[in-house]
Amino acid sequence: MMEYLDQFAAFLSVYPAKLPQWEGVLIRAIKTTLIVTAGSFAVALVIGVLLALARLSKNALLRGIARFYIEIARGVPALVILFLLYFGLPPLGIVMDAVPTAILGLGLSTGGYVAEIIRAGIEATHKGQREAGLTIGMSSWQINRYIILPQAARISLPSLMNTLITVLKDSSLASLITAPELMLRAKAISSTDFLPMHILLLVGAIYLCLAIPLSQLSRLLERRMFSKLGNRM
Amino acid sequence: MNGNGQIHVNRCDFGVKMTENKELLRIEGLRKDFGTLQVLKDISLSVGQSKKVALIGPSGSGKTTLLRCINHLESPTGGHIYLDGDLIGEEKRGVRYVRSSAARLARQRLDMGFVFQNFYLWPHLTVQENVALCPWKVQGKSQKEAMDLAEAMLEKVHMAHKRKEYPERLSGGQQQRVGIARALAQQPKIILFDEPTSALDPELVGEVLGVIQELAAEGRSMVLVTHEIRFARDVADEVVFMDGGLVVEKGAPADVIDNPSNERTIRFLGQLRG
Repeated sequence: MMEYLDQFAAFLSVYPAKLPQWEGVLIRAIKTTLIVTAGSFAVALVIGVLLALARLSKNALLRGIARFYIEIARGVPALVILFLLYFGLPPLGIVMDAVPTAILGLGLSTGGYVAEIIRAGIEATHKGQREAGLTIGMSSWQINRYIILPQAARISLPSLMNTLITVLKDSSLASLITAPELMLRAKAISSTDFLPMHILLLVGAIYLCLAIPLSQLSRLLERRMFSKLGNRM
Repeated sequence: MNGNGQIHVNRCDFGVKMTENKELLRIEGLRKDFGTLQVLKDISLSVGQSKKVALIGPSGSGKTTLLRCINHLESPTGGHIYLDGDLIGEEKRGVRYVRSSAARLARQRLDMGFVFQNFYLWPHLTVQENVALCPWKVQGKSQKEAMDLAEAMLEKVHMAHKRKEYPERLSGGQQQRVGIARALAQQPKIILFDEPTSALDPELVGEVLGVIQELAAEGRSMVLVTHEIRFARDVADEVVFMDGGLVVEKGAPADVIDNPSNERTIRFLGQLRG
């Protein structure tokens, strides 16, 4: 028993020596991770709203395109999409850096999930809400803008927060297309310092520390949503 | 052109003398099918300026569908609607009628306030915002103007004190009064009420009917689908009894409600009295 504790203490004793050395690299990497996460989530939100509206539109062609997109985005691994963009576009004359490619690729992929979440939110608003908008002379664009989407956003918020956490973790995939984010830097450090376990545990803890506030926030929002719905009954 | 159209032409011939009875809403040969089900079969009606018309009849008689066809929440299968001489939801090209653009229909709907049985207030907006949304975002008034107007309209339905609340915090009767204020805020030529008290607990019916009665007394034009027969008799200028998608009997409340001539009307009113 004591043996293990000693080993553990020895394991931990590496950190005080190495942390100052890693700090600068890791902080920059965290920034990149956050940029990739926020950027791809923003792309996913825009795509998701447009797809959700298309999915529910009267136009059969739009509906078909949206369904097709959503199936592809949900069925093809994000990593495949990242590789396709990163290695497939340059021969076509489109060259992008790793970070923008990661933002685009993860955004395109996540957009399919976000679309389904927002669609569910839109469908949860009663048809009468839309009709009431029609009777006051609103166009369907105005109805979506002022009546349907604000409500759908509230209903979808908890699920969207979960998706955001997933995106945060999936941003580690961007390391495979050389975006200088946390996972890529971790691998680099572990191969130069020969401390793979130390750095992996540390990076895992960093992801966890970034994710926990988000999941707390999502739980808070969920509780607020439920109390609201409860009152409405 | 059917019989009703003729009446309209005759009225116009009287010119100035008849301005008091100026026709506001005209429904010509309206038909509505849902698949193979004929819900409305050739309805023709006329509502004069400042007149109150009550639509009564058994469930499934087509009253609500008729009301929803007037502002094209349902597209009619046949027939035409005119408001103040303006053809609603269609345009005449030569001898043909074509569907008008969504933008034109939206503008026309501004002239018709609509009050829903289930209120359909928007839960994410405050009471005052619910009422202000149309003047603000649709009619392009400034936010302040729209909010002031909303407050004035809420005053009319005795709900100004609740303007900062969200709809979910209100009773059904209060929600419906806000629904009426919302319709008033668009400054419509006519208000269409779709069973405004049917979703309310019995003790809340009175406050809503009271507000409708006050509006009626102001000389507003309205079409009211209702099961409140006594209220219809007190408020309406004309009562229209519908059954099976047809107008069975219409006339002054005293005639239709107190001395119905049609057998179906007699049976319906008999059932209501128990």
